[in-house]
Amino acid sequence: MPSKEDLYQLFVEKAELVSAKVTTIAHEDDALKYVINLCGEKEACQLLVSGCEADLSDKAEALCETKQKKVIAAPGLNADLYKKLAAQAKKAGFECIDKGMRDHLAGVDIGFTYAEYGIADTGTLMLDCPSEELRLATMVSEFHVCVLPKSKIKANTYAVEKMMLTRMKKTPDYLAFITGASRTADIERVLALGVHGPLELHILILED
Amino acid sequence: MQKAHNLKEYREELHETLDNDFLRTTLDNFAIAYRAGRANAFKGMDVRGLIQEIADSKDAAAQNADALYKEFKANAEAAGVHVHFAKDGDEANRIITKIAKDADCKKIVKSKSMTAEETLLNHDLEDAGIEVTETDLGEWIIQLRHEGPSHMVMPAIHLSRFQVGDLFTEVTGKKQDTEIEKLVKVARRELRQKYVEADMGISGANFAIAETGGIGIVTNEGNARLVTTLPRVHVALMGIDKLLPNLRDALRILKVLPRNATGQQLTSYVTWITGNNECLAAEDGKKEIHYVVLDNGRSELIKDPLFSQVNRCVRCGACANVCPVYRLVGGHKMGHIYIGAIGLILTYFFHGKDKAKNLVQNCINCEACKDVCAGGIDLPRLIKEIHARIQDEDGHPLPSFLLGKVMRNRKLFHTLLRTAKWGQKPVAEKDGFIRHLPMIFSKEHSFRALPTIAETPFRDWWKENRPEVENPKYRVALFSGCVQDFVYPEQMQAAVDVFAANGVAMEFPEKQSCCGLPVQMMGETKASRDVAAQNLRAFEPDAYDYIVTLCASCAAHLKHNYPKLVMDKPSLKLRADAFSAKIIDYSSFVNDVLKVEAKDFTQSGEKATYHAPCHLCRGLDVHEAPRQLIEKSGMEYVECAEEEVCCGFGGTFSMKFPELSAELLKKKLDNVEATGADTLLTDCPGCIMQLRGGLKRRGSKVQVKHVAEVMSKHKK
Ligand code: SF4
Ligand code: SF4
Repeated sequence: MPSKEDLYQLFVEKAELVSAKVTTIAHEDDALKYVINLCGEKEACQLLVSGCEADLSDKAEALCETKQKKVIAAPGLNADLYKKLAAQAKKAGFECIDKGMRDHLAGVDIGFTYAEYGIADTGTLMLDCPSEELRLATMVSEFHVCVLPKSKIKANTYAVEKMMLTRMKKTPDYLAFITGASRTADIERVLALGVHGPLELHILILED
Repeated sequence: MQKAHNLKEYREELHETLDNDFLRTTLDNFAIAYRAGRANAFKGMDVRGLIQEIADSKDAAAQNADALYKEFKANAEAAGVHVHFAKDGDEANRIITKIAKDADCKKIVKSKSMTAEETLLNHDLEDAGIEVTETDLGEWIIQLRHEGPSHMVMPAIHLSRFQVGDLFTEVTGKKQDTEIEKLVKVARRELRQKYVEADMGISGANFAIAETGGIGIVTNEGNARLVTTLPRVHVALMGIDKLLPNLRDALRILKVLPRNATGQQLTSYVTWITGNNECLAAEDGKKEIHYVVLDNGRSELIKDPLFSQVNRCVRCGACANVCPVYRLVGGHKMGHIYIGAIGLILTYFFHGKDKAKNLVQNCINCEACKDVCAGGIDLPRLIKEIHARIQDEDGHPLPSFLLGKVMRNRKLFHTLLRTAKWGQKPVAEKDGFIRHLPMIFSKEHSFRALPTIAETPFRDWWKENRPEVENPKYRVALFSGCVQDFVYPEQMQAAVDVFAANGVAMEFPEKQSCCGLPVQMMGETKASRDVAAQNLRAFEPDAYDYIVTLCASCAAHLKHNYPKLVMDKPSLKLRADAFSAKIIDYSSFVNDVLKVEAKDFTQSGEKATYHAPCHLCRGLDVHEAPRQLIEKSGMEYVECAEEEVCCGFGGTFSMKFPELSAELLKKKLDNVEATGADTLLTDCPGCIMQLRGGLKRRGSKVQVKHVAEVMSKHKK
């Protein structure tokens, strides 16, 4: 059996290989700080990568304009943590939401979530998201920041099989393995990140 | 998509792609990067073991398909999903169109589904007045261009950024850049509003899990998650081949699928959906979900003793990634909808004989696909079998029929070869090549020179010169194959020399004939069976420790195919098993059995490089022996790039598709010359014929020899 430390090392190595940004934190509060900082630093609309000046069809352009303020979406957080996050966000001038994702399909800046498990041999996060709000937060956000408790890192997918089955049997269920940011190599096989889902995946490993 | 009506039209199509430099370069770069990426992704894993497990579990699932479907349906329905069965593509399309109409859906977003390509679902939906948008970037691009996919995993691999830039300019009505990053972002924005507007999402499924009634979808872009989340209706279309008993089997396939597809450890997203999950756009907050399970010939396939293994395919596309022919001609020419090796097979079963008949001839039988297949499917064998079936149904082309006739009669065949020796006299050069090609060849064959028939065939030499070996350590029978018997007897003589010096007593059973691979390659099954039976009767396997052959193709054919060819004749089958167990190739015999040592050879230090014959490295899994022998023989072995890639000979393939054979050879020889070695060694006379002929035409100084020849030459 590999030790907890080995699994952690392997997880970090593998996650970084698929361009996830991994940070280890000592306390949940550090995660909040991280999210607020990241939101502050990031360009108002990450799509500037393509340049909002990059011309879109009129319809796609219109969707762009529905977004006025930086938004952090954090459905699925426990109430206390959410309250803290919302307060800090407000101070920083960001909107913080835990529902109503469908009103934000043009994209939110940051989706903030908790993973249930980490899978070391591929650097994968396992997130169970039967709630649509949570699911959308991990998809329409430009950056996805996810907290993973260190003790929840398992060796491989077989080691999470039982846990998966327990969840799947409580139907309906919608469970995801997430490994790195959304990616495509469909044009000339050149890797490009963030095609439909997040452009960046940040993993915060919480010492516990 | 495949449109050619006959081989001639098909070859014209091939020419078009051969001239497409962009595509050629992309596929070349990909082939090389893929091999390294895949090896890296599997590092430290027992790949063979894993593939065997997948093959076993998929076979079991196929045998149980009916029960699995029932269990899957019951569990899915209990979780609020509607499950439909469609016996063919039309029925599947009808069911899906009706679901859309009943639920009043006008706009659909789709995530990638090869099964929907198979049924041409979009056509039917569009005919019904529904707007369908593909959301996978590659699929969207080809949809906008009104094309079919050219690769299972990378459907738009045939297009350049410039073509995509122009296309997006047209679509957005605004001038677009050609920077890939930006094009991807444009697609992201354009497609986002499509999700928002859609009432229905259509996906495929990579796994249909009976124990939970749920599905698993593997993607990189994440579009499947949006397609299955945002619209109020979700339809998943899947073949019955996706049914698995449990989650464990799916997780196992997941270990191989992305690694084999793109060399990734895992795709960015794997989505597991069980039951009618929450949907805030629906009136009751629940998504309406339908699973459409498609047969379309699959259940027939499962019942076929040989073809049932097709069910193991997990659609990773690896068989196209490694196929040297696909690499040359690109996707649309190597399959109708499904492409690559599996594409050739599925085209026949899903889209019919007419679509498949030209395609199946375009396999050189290099076995690269078989070697890499996630399900361990014997793809080249199935392709040949389909070729034979089509010929049996449609009638055999004359050359193939004649060759079959000749081969079945050893005496006639050998007489013809002996006569040819006289016929070639006027055109034979002293250097062992024919001066100009005989009339039956067109100009396209002039990429390589052809050898002359030898003055004395090996079988005649043997009668005069067979060595007496006292107190032998081993007793072996020699199998020469026709090329070494009649064209390159010196290779056999070189082997005899080294064998005799190492205490090997030899027999050369005179009634042996061609191994029969050429006729099998041409789809002449009957002739290939008859030839096998003749050879089996010519050898008394119990009398020898080994049956040695210097021809890699013969060796692989004798070893692997003979027992299968005589399967229906019980007495011969036993003999074939014994025979096959004794077959060994030259290099393995000399290196691993005789264990010759470097001290027995003069150390010359000359540089030699190596070409690994397909049927040796993949057919027999022999990799190290020949390379070790080269070093033992006193030469310095320099590795050649893409050493284990086909040289383009493929026997009759090079006759049928000279332009492809020439291209494969060119690449091979470029790599060989780049090593700077003066000698190129290999262990298959067919490869030697191809390589020597090509080098001669280039006026190259590189000498091609059989490994046996340098061993004999350098023997102290
Ligand atoms: S045997 Fe070789 S040529 Fe034929 S399909 Fe497989 S990889 Fe392609
Ligand atoms: S036949 Fe094998 S290699 Fe080809 S796509 Fe199917 S599983 Fe992959």
